[in-house]
Amino acid sequence: MDCNELVELVTEYLEGALDPVERARLEQHLTVCDGCEAYVAQIRETVRLAGKLGAADLDPEVSPRVLQAFRAWKAGRNTSK
Amino acid sequence: MAFERLVRAHDAAMRRVARAYVHDEAVAAEVVQDTWVAVLEGLERFEGASSLKTWVFTILVNRARTRHRREARTVPMSALDAGGPTVDPERFLPPDHPEWPGHWASPPRRWDPEERMETIETLGYIDEAVRALPEAQAQVMVLRDVAGFSSDDVCAMLEVSAGNQRVLLHRARARVRAALEKRLGGER
Repeated sequence: MDCNELVELVTEYLEGALDPVERARLEQHLTVCDGCEAYVAQIRETVRLAGKLGAADLDPEVSPRVLQAFRAWKAGRNTSK
Repeated sequence: MAFERLVRAHDAAMRRVARAYVHDEAVAAEVVQDTWVAVLEGLERFEGASSLKTWVFTILVNRARTRHRREARTVPMSALDAGGPTVDPERFLPPDHPEWPGHWASPPRRWDPEERMETIETLGYIDEAVRALPEAQAQVMVLRDVAGFSSDDVCAMLEVSAGNQRVLLHRARARVRAALEKRLGGER
């Protein structure tokens, strides 16, 4: 497997979507190629860091409109009981 | 208050999903607010067939899509993706190279260990790179990698096939990695 081929298979690889033969070829290549090993590690790291963006922010404010809607919803529940 | 905690917990991811459609912070914030109002209004009808988070984000995607259609902006040329290799072919040796055709000419360099990567600066670069993605790629990558949804969930939310979704994810991740590499000054 050439490096320029591997980089196009990396997502399928990480998704577990490669067939066993291709997967074996890819993993074999990784054992002998520092560049590709670094590339795959970088893709994994990119995914991991993107996940950090989704983690709770520095205490975001809940907008007054949403709080208002919540209070109205609560009030509506109480009166319908 | 449990509701406030819920809103705060998902705020970062929700804003980014909305932004993948509406390209404007203020409008994205509005779309997120609209979503929570709709969630509250529809809560009685939520039957628990999906998780609450999936349900909330499905409403969000629909709201964002509607809002985007209403605003009808033209897409800048830079945001289009012409297809083709996801890594610059110049990074590889040519196919007629005598010893290592198709191998790295200029291999990627290892990045710092995880703990050192999680700086405000680096996260800012990732955020910036995701923002610059073509729309469809941004939508997939934000839902998969930022918000953490499964491939099946994302296919359902975006109404795309698994194959399509994977191609978009592949192209998105490659772009973001390349942008981060450039920012970190990393080519050997």
